[in-house]
Amino acid sequence: MKYLFTHLGRVGGLLEEHVVLVVVSLAIALIIALPLGVIAARRPKVGGAILGITGALYTIPSLALLALLVAANGLGPSTAIVALVVYAQLALVRGVVAGLRGVDPALVDAARGLGLTPWQTLARVELPAALPVVLGGVRVATVTLVALATVAAWIDAGGLGVLLFQGIATYDTQKIVAGSVAAAALAIVADLGLRACERAARA
Amino acid sequence: MSERGGHVELRGLAVRYPSASAAAVDGVDLTIKDGTFAVLLGPSGCGKSTLLRTINRLVEPTAGTVLLDGVDVRERDATELRRGIGYVIQAVGLFPHYTVAQNVGVVPALLGWDKARIARRVDELLALVSLEPARYRERKPRQLSGGEAQRVGVARALAAEPRLLLMDEPFAAVDAIVRASLQDQIARVHRELGTTIVFVTHDVDEALRLADRIVVMNAGRVVQHDAPATLLEHPADPFVRDLVGVDAETRRLALERPLVSRA
Repeated sequence: MKYLFTHLGRVGGLLEEHVVLVVVSLAIALIIALPLGVIAARRPKVGGAILGITGALYTIPSLALLALLVAANGLGPSTAIVALVVYAQLALVRGVVAGLRGVDPALVDAARGLGLTPWQTLARVELPAALPVVLGGVRVATVTLVALATVAAWIDAGGLGVLLFQGIATYDTQKIVAGSVAAAALAIVADLGLRACERAARA
Repeated sequence: MSERGGHVELRGLAVRYPSASAAAVDGVDLTIKDGTFAVLLGPSGCGKSTLLRTINRLVEPTAGTVLLDGVDVRERDATELRRGIGYVIQAVGLFPHYTVAQNVGVVPALLGWDKARIARRVDELLALVSLEPARYRERKPRQLSGGEAQRVGVARALAAEPRLLLMDEPFAAVDAIVRASLQDQIARVHRELGTTIVFVTHDVDEALRLADRIVVMNAGRVVQHDAPATLLEHPADPFVRDLVGVDAETRRLALERPLVSRA
């Protein structure tokens, strides 16, 4: 743990890079996953295909996917973000689908019967009612991305993984411990924070 | 037809669901005059809810027409049509993330009323359904009892002054005492506003208690359409006789005696 305390500034800087990687990836991933999830929830056949594809993508080993993306897009954070966006899809799309399918049919019936358009029903009734479950997906995706983002250091995308890879290369256990502890702490904090959001959304 | 509107006419109405062998609604001709409290009565699966839902186009008929104040509802935009018709369901379906006031104000907001007018209307309606506005306005649906929630449901349905109110087994999920109080409430609302009400139930006593006209349905068809007293005295066939049952005489007497709650 000594490295962590003697190099707080350096670990802090890498932590910040790590958070930026995760947050940017998550934001882009959500923009893609929301419409995909809505379509998947509305049309079971298309939905099966969408969930199948996101599931298949999720099973690609992260190093293999990064290597493939580097070949196409080069080294650096943007390539890492593409990979993280791909990995986030499974949890996010599943969350949106489960959330929308779990909405009380009476809410939708009432909304339609009162004269809300399909868009108004989705935006004002279904998505807010699905929010706690959607946030559950966001939480799982976030924790997954915090872990996966450590691998991004391998393609020069920065983040806490830098400490892990340097530590391995130089047999510096202190660095490995510092990187691991910081990444684990970040995952735990994100998990707790998003659980609190879920509870607030349920209330 | 008066100016108030809410005159419903069904002509040769049939609804056939793709998955079912028999038609849910099988050739119904029915006129519900404006201002009437009409109750559709029948066992579950007799087509009464399906029939109700053709009126606001939640179900599109396979054949026949629904005329509201002389206009085929299919000529109207479904969304705009529904905003002019109140709709109350058994499960209430209050929006959980909205306050009571926001729930009641949903349709006026969609119609673009200004905030002050919506607020006034919300208070007026909460008072109409016997919920003290100051106490209930800012509550969330989960803070309401089943009976209170359905009162809010009724207020929400009446918000934009509809000429027609559709109610699908609205009081079936609450206990007997609350149900009686809700029945009194809707009877009073009907007397005060004169809105046409089409009310679906499988409860004979509820039908007798509320209806000006009872429409008895069985297997997708209307088997009798009469005033409550006529239904009891002259059931059209054995099905209706069985439905009103051995208690017909008691029920008839109850109907003649002016109930305290009816007065």
